[in-house]
Amino acid sequence: MAFLGALLAQALHLALILAAAPVLTGLVRWLKARMMGRRGPSPLQPLRDLAKLLRKRPLLAENASPVSRAMPYVAAGAVVAAAALVPSFARGMALAPLADLLLVAGLLALGRVAMALAGMDAGTPFGGLGAAREMSFAALAEPALVVAALSLAILAGTTNFDGIAAAFRDGGLGLRVSLGFALAALLAVALAENARIPVDNPATHLELTMVHEAMILEASGRHLALWDYAAMLRLALWLSLLAAVFLPFGQAPAGAAPHLWALGLLAWVAKMAGLALALAAFESAIAKMRVFRVPEFLGAALLLGLLGAVLLFVSTGLA
Amino acid sequence: MSFGQIGYDLAHLLGGGVLLLSFVLLYQRRIGALINAFAMQGTLLALAAAWAAHAQGAPGLHLTAALTLAAKGVLIPLALHATVRRLDLHRAVETALGIGPSLVAGVGLVALAILVVLPATEGARALAREDLALALSVVLLGMLMMITRRNAISQVVGLLSLENGLILAAIGVAGMPLVVELSAAALVLMIALVAAVFAFQIRERFDTLDTASLEEHRGERR
Amino acid sequence: MLTLLALLAVLLLALGAAAPLLARRAGRARAAFGATAAAGLLIAAAGLAGLLGGPAALDLPLGPPWGPMRLALDGLSAWFLLPLGLVSAAASLFALGGVRAPMAPRRLLPWPAFLAGMLLTVLAADGFTLLLGFEAMSLASWALVAHEHAAAENRRAGRIYLGFAGFGGLCLVLALGLSAGGAGDVAFAALREAPPEGWRAAAVLGLVLAGAGSKAGLFPLHVWLPLAHPAAPSHVSAAMSGAMTKVALYVLARFLFDLMGPAQPFWLGAPLIALGAASAVIGALRANLEEDSKTLLACSTIENVGLIAIGLGLALAFRGADLPALAALAAGAALLHVLNHAMFKTLLFLAAGEVLHGALSRRLDRLGGLIHRMPWTAWAALVGVAAAASLPPLSGFASEWLLLQALLAAWRVGDLAFQIGVAAATALAALAAALAAAAMVRFWGLVFLGRPRSPRAAGAEESGGAARLALLLPAGLTVLLGLAPGVMLALAAPALRLMAGAAAPSAGGLVVGAAEGGARYWPLPVALLAAAAIGGLWWLVRRRAPAGVARGPAWDCGFIAPPAHLPFGDPATQPSAAGFAQPLRRMLGESLLAAQEHVAMPPPGATAPAVLRAGFADPALAALEGPLPRWREALASRAERLRDLSIRQNLGLTFAAVVLLLALLAALEAG
Repeated sequence: MAFLGALLAQALHLALILAAAPVLTGLVRWLKARMMGRRGPSPLQPLRDLAKLLRKRPLLAENASPVSRAMPYVAAGAVVAAAALVPSFARGMALAPLADLLLVAGLLALGRVAMALAGMDAGTPFGGLGAAREMSFAALAEPALVVAALSLAILAGTTNFDGIAAAFRDGGLGLRVSLGFALAALLAVALAENARIPVDNPATHLELTMVHEAMILEASGRHLALWDYAAMLRLALWLSLLAAVFLPFGQAPAGAAPHLWALGLLAWVAKMAGLALALAAFESAIAKMRVFRVPEFLGAALLLGLLGAVLLFVSTGLA
Repeated sequence: MSFGQIGYDLAHLLGGGVLLLSFVLLYQRRIGALINAFAMQGTLLALAAAWAAHAQGAPGLHLTAALTLAAKGVLIPLALHATVRRLDLHRAVETALGIGPSLVAGVGLVALAILVVLPATEGARALAREDLALALSVVLLGMLMMITRRNAISQVVGLLSLENGLILAAIGVAGMPLVVELSAAALVLMIALVAAVFAFQIRERFDTLDTASLEEHRGERR
Repeated sequence: MLTLLALLAVLLLALGAAAPLLARRAGRARAAFGATAAAGLLIAAAGLAGLLGGPAALDLPLGPPWGPMRLALDGLSAWFLLPLGLVSAAASLFALGGVRAPMAPRRLLPWPAFLAGMLLTVLAADGFTLLLGFEAMSLASWALVAHEHAAAENRRAGRIYLGFAGFGGLCLVLALGLSAGGAGDVAFAALREAPPEGWRAAAVLGLVLAGAGSKAGLFPLHVWLPLAHPAAPSHVSAAMSGAMTKVALYVLARFLFDLMGPAQPFWLGAPLIALGAASAVIGALRANLEEDSKTLLACSTIENVGLIAIGLGLALAFRGADLPALAALAAGAALLHVLNHAMFKTLLFLAAGEVLHGALSRRLDRLGGLIHRMPWTAWAALVGVAAAASLPPLSGFASEWLLLQALLAAWRVGDLAFQIGVAAATALAALAAALAAAAMVRFWGLVFLGRPRSPRAAGAEESGGAARLALLLPAGLTVLLGLAPGVMLALAAPALRLMAGAAAPSAGGLVVGAAEGGARYWPLPVALLAAAAIGGLWWLVRRRAPAGVARGPAWDCGFIAPPAHLPFGDPATQPSAAGFAQPLRRMLGESLLAAQEHVAMPPPGATAPAVLRAGFADPALAALEGPLPRWREALASRAERLRDLSIRQNLGLTFAAVVLLLALLAALEAG
């Protein structure tokens, strides 16, 4: 019986996050437009864009290999698998024992490598440029993620999402400085992974600002629909991850009754809307930084996470 | 006191905020942003002093808080902004050691401060030990800033943030007499004044505030 | 079992001795390689039997004047026989496929001797046998590295390799001497009776790190690896990276975990963790900047050896801090990575060998688009690349996950300085893993994707038969090992009990775990989940979207039409090896590897083009070639410069004095 409940929760969660991802991206774009004084497209526009792209036949370069045809599915599938693992409105879903922070990072890395390889497939300079920059930014963002996971693992004793959320809700951790540092590090990693300002500009197709866009420059038709959907899902996943770890109130505990799920759902929607507003405000206020300042940014995030872990050693030694 | 109690948490947060701002000072490349970050550090320090006054029940610390806010939060940053405008200085901070290596050295210094302070203060209260470790880190980071920046204004900011660390240490220890703080504050104000005059003189004579250019006018050429 | 293996070693030596006869005909050479492949499989099977059965010992009837040579097979040596056997089999199979004509005896003779030397080292139960096997392994591989001595760079590689091999052997001799003490008996049983203490333990640790560590490729004694691997034939490079480095790590593990006794303090693991982290970062960064495919893979070996060293160091520290479950976790991560790395690195080197044979070049700037001409090689190499980049659900991710879990739990040791050091090591290990992923994407993308950069790459052909089989077998094993790490950890239980005193935590068939109540990794369900997601998406898109693709020419960004002799496009319109490496060269290469980009402009009015030169220098290699005179000069001129310091530098001197005194204070308090 409990297992059926967990299975139902997992299915609902998957359907929720798969459907909400394009709407979330549309919401962020609409909010940014409003902040800039424009009317902005409707938040449902990404759904229409995806439907339009699915109707078209892709155009590939003559020397493109099966890599260009397979990698969109691999990347999108990896992000879907990761999204199934990050809890949203309830804990104790069917796949919760699998849901590990390092595993989610690994699945996202799989998606990133697939995108880089697809970018290099046609042999055009932009694809190689985007792939090189993406992999080098990831080289600095991954350690920042692992060091933030170190702080979380020390506090919660595990890197499993349900374990971390349980420790934060019931463990009496208080407002620790280390958690603030870990949050700052994870925010920087989230900005880098989702290709948002100040690391990359998601709204442009100009050369100098492209990292993510450069890799999918050659894609069209249903392949481009898959790449775009993977990017939207990745944004929803990261916002959901930040909410699950740092804003765990409202999440229904394991084995709860369905009315608690409804409460969790409302809480999740509110958190997503709040985070989308914060993201839109941040992107409208900051300018994109030069490409070769990004490693300083990510390096500072890494060192901040390391500092948080060091301060945590001090307090676990004392308290 | 331990985590989960609001007093400990808030003191911890404010001290950690001052340390974070020391790192932000090391990260900056523009003088305007540097002075603003320093002003924010002064404000946060004043808040920490006010909270310590409330938590320790020492009303004298309220005076420290007001003094810090007035001097470090408002007056000195305004004076520095005015200096920069009047001397029409180059708005970028030239670094002798890159931003990345400076930050790495900063983290190393924080680790060193922790490794020195914790074994030396066995038996004291937990809050006092951590505050002391944070304060020593801020002092060391201020020193790091002084020796890895070429611009005289940024070296002055480093010295002032070093003094912020000393004030942070004084706040954490209960029962510190006010006289020491007042004299320390006066001393630093005088140093700041002298530094401003000095900077003005350098700028008058050599048309630049890069202290590296002073080397050409020493006794023997290298 | 042991008698079988001893006989096998003798047979291999005999095979090597008969090489001048066998090399005269291609068929006989193929038979010789087939025999070594069969020997490799036998070794692997013996390792499996040794893990499932119990320990065994054997005294040989011959030996030095002071006693017979002893052999022994316990859990640790049985585990290391697995990668040795499998790598030897795959490499021999590849060499078999590569024999097309009668070969020179000097290429055939050392190969069985190399395998025999490695076998002897792993089975040794006394110091003399260990050193005999170690030196035989070094000498035989040197002969293979230097086989093409016509080229000057190969001669330099052989020289440096021989120097390091001799240095390593000397350090091991000294280490054995120090361990044996006054008694002079170097049998392992006698060494276990009298473990070293205090300064003697530290000295033995240092010597073993220098000796075995240099053979494995630990920083800063790693410089011979990237020079020797391109010079050797492909199957030898695969065996050196996959098997020889593992045998060196076995010697390290044997000394630190077995011969030095169980009562060593926890800080003995700290130098190993530090050197491992440094090797990992330098190796991965160099792999991103290298322009030769085999040098790139050799640098990747350095990185993986660094990660294994971190695991071994953590296991040592946990054992010293009396945390056996965590020690088993760290040791399990290290042992699993030994096997996984052996498999995927062999696969990658053999694929590079195929590419070298088909496209006649190792340089990344001369390859490209080989996925069309050499599909089997490309897809097999993709499995190796994904494993090397630690992507789930392959084998590289499983061992990387375990290692990270061990690092995330390392703070439980309790000492504050150690905790801070290990936090830094965690950041460095994660940095190395991410850099490795970038290097592997660069390698596979530049070699197999895009368009050919030279006519020879456009006409590459791949060889089928034994060479293809030699690629498919490690690829299949990589996938299997990735799906069943729990089974492998359960198999490794005798080795883990010897190293850590406990079996790996929660090692079942389907799951590996971090600790009691900690996180778990379920590879098979994760693979099924990912496959279901990909399959579901494919089905959905197929229903909604029209089938098929249209083709058009690739946009070449407005370059002029390519010349007639390059019908596949101008290579300048594609990313080059140095160009792809530019972001990392500027971000990390400038500070760590003295990387630089230099534009040489012609004088105004000249019509010659400007030249962009990008390069870097490994600090360890630069320090090796010409250190002493330069240090003397530098010291003298530094002392001169103290006279003319600027204001800022004077402040810096004061600051340095303060920091030094504080550090002294910290050290005195901690000690």
